[in-house]
Amino acid sequence: MAAAEQKKPVLSEELTIPPPAPVTPSGIEIPVVVTPDMVKNRDPGRPGEYPFTRGIFPDGYRGRLWTIRQYSGFGTAEESNARYKFLLDQGQTGLSVALDLPTQCGFDPVDPMARPEIGKVGVSLSNLSEMEVLFEGIDLGRISTSFTINGTAAIIYAMYVACADKKGVPREKLTGTIQNDILKEYVARGTWIFPVRPSLRLIADTILFSNEATPRFNPISIAGAHVRDAGATAVEEMAYTLANGLAYVDELIRRGGDVDKFAKRLSFFFYVHMDLFEEVCKFRAARRIWARLLKERYGVTDPKAQLFRFGVVCGGSSLTAAQPYNNIVRVAIETMAAVMGGAQSIFTCAYDEAFQIPTEFSAEIALRTQQIVAYESGIPKTVDPLGGSYFVEYLTDRMEEKILEVMAEIDEYGGVVPAIEDGWLQMRLAERARDRRRKIDSLETVVVGQNAFRRENQKDDFGEVFRLDPKASARVIEKYNAIRDRRDNAAVERSLDRLCEAAAKEDENLMPYLVECCHAYATVGEIVKRLKAQWGEFQEPVRL
Amino acid sequence: MSDTANKTLLRGKRILIAKPGLDGHDIGAKIIALALRDAGAEVIYTGLRKTPRYIARVAVDEDVDAVGLSMLSGSHRELVAETIEELRAADAADIPVFVGGTIPAEDHAYLRQLGVAGIFTSEMRLDDVVAELARALG
Repeated sequence: MAAAEQKKPVLSEELTIPPPAPVTPSGIEIPVVVTPDMVKNRDPGRPGEYPFTRGIFPDGYRGRLWTIRQYSGFGTAEESNARYKFLLDQGQTGLSVALDLPTQCGFDPVDPMARPEIGKVGVSLSNLSEMEVLFEGIDLGRISTSFTINGTAAIIYAMYVACADKKGVPREKLTGTIQNDILKEYVARGTWIFPVRPSLRLIADTILFSNEATPRFNPISIAGAHVRDAGATAVEEMAYTLANGLAYVDELIRRGGDVDKFAKRLSFFFYVHMDLFEEVCKFRAARRIWARLLKERYGVTDPKAQLFRFGVVCGGSSLTAAQPYNNIVRVAIETMAAVMGGAQSIFTCAYDEAFQIPTEFSAEIALRTQQIVAYESGIPKTVDPLGGSYFVEYLTDRMEEKILEVMAEIDEYGGVVPAIEDGWLQMRLAERARDRRRKIDSLETVVVGQNAFRRENQKDDFGEVFRLDPKASARVIEKYNAIRDRRDNAAVERSLDRLCEAAAKEDENLMPYLVECCHAYATVGEIVKRLKAQWGEFQEPVRL
Repeated sequence: MSDTANKTLLRGKRILIAKPGLDGHDIGAKIIALALRDAGAEVIYTGLRKTPRYIARVAVDEDVDAVGLSMLSGSHRELVAETIEELRAADAADIPVFVGGTIPAEDHAYLRQLGVAGIFTSEMRLDDVVAELARALG
């Protein structure tokens, strides 16, 4: 008895640190109480109606809950295929494919740059034969698949189309998403390959092709998640992402796209971090801003093309390696914010995701968290349950103002493309990240278990550690060499030559050529090498 | 923002911050670079996707006092070993190598045995990183 008591951790700590300052993490001052006269937009309108502050559907989640989409994939296609089948059996409704860095950056597994990274942060997918294994026994006409892929998005999408062709699934039945948002890669995620302008061309190619060939597929997911996780505030996250969205719209219009048509397939992707009301209000504000911009700036009349559809990740850098089980609570609160904010799909991070690939145990808790919010919390029973709250409407207005201010700053710089080419946005983000860090260091921002409320002798152990099979990368290389022996190499060369001819013409859509390359089992590295020869590589502006 | 007590701790030091491998998460590297500069150091940042050979060459050419490698993709075992090997080959084994990022505790012993002079986890206070570096560089 005495021994057990001694072992008990001290959990009776008082809240000795003063309450947090009444300011949101984006720097918006919060009044002690919001009274009706302080609210500009007292009637936020109806969900499903312009400007969609309260949501894009009139009945919210009544007809259909959000898509539960957990990010997973590692090692070989065979291992990932087994994990996907497990997740589908557990009730997951969509797949999300994580790719390894060589695939994301356009290096084949045998490239010296690739070797240490094969299968590390996702599955290695160097050519169509690997994708055939990845989706073996999975009906592509029924399951929606999301690929977190950017630099090589056009190639992976072409591979997916070719994979469906091979399996006899009609292209028009394909559903899913490719991230395909290169602009934020230059700012935060780093899997860029080509210079900005040819990259924008590839994105326009995928969207225009997809609108016709795979009309139910989302050919882009314009992502604020990565800049946010890197250090941007919620206001900046929305502002940068909306600005990137406008850059894509402009490029598509320049290429002759019909905005009333392609805008229906644009979707967005964000992080949800811990300040619940700011998170809810950023989504309400962004829905309104996007709808207004499309209507007023581009004359979009079809309401379906004005909709701001988005998925989210809950967790990321809001999670800590210190006292990792606290992350389960954080993710639960963030999931509630995502649902109250009206997300179309949600990915919940596992509590150990801050430092490793999740284990099956932690991945299951993450999935169950969403199911608890969906089926037990009662939140999805009515649309926008916080709508009409004086505080929520007030904060939504303030978020909208602040987001528009940052967008105006980018416009003043000349738009996102020069801001990225010059390294201006990157620098701004690095400084913001440093400042966020200093606030944690100085306890201005309290992170429970990390900079405050630590147990005596706290050791931040993680329990079970997931280890990759060390033989996985050897198997990937073996399979790579085998397909290069087995395929018709002359046909590969012909398909690559045709791709290059098309790439030399400015307005030729490259997608049909890329699909042809994939059908011939050309590899991601081979395709990228040819296109690099044509377009060069992005020269990173290193500014500090 | 920066702590006044720390403004001169690294004055006169030249430090190379490098991103080996394909990992594109550079914000940690940049935060450290800014923090070291705030502490008076002269910081050179390589940018993304550098090979260990390139990093060793820059370290020698720029005559730096320390190299900091930032890695979050899980490839630190291989890439740190290669970088130290390249420094040795370039006759620069005396330049201390520090590592930061997502480095599981169980890999620390291995990295130290390779000759790594210090490992900074992502949850350390910036002032502590600066202080430890200043102590190590004398």
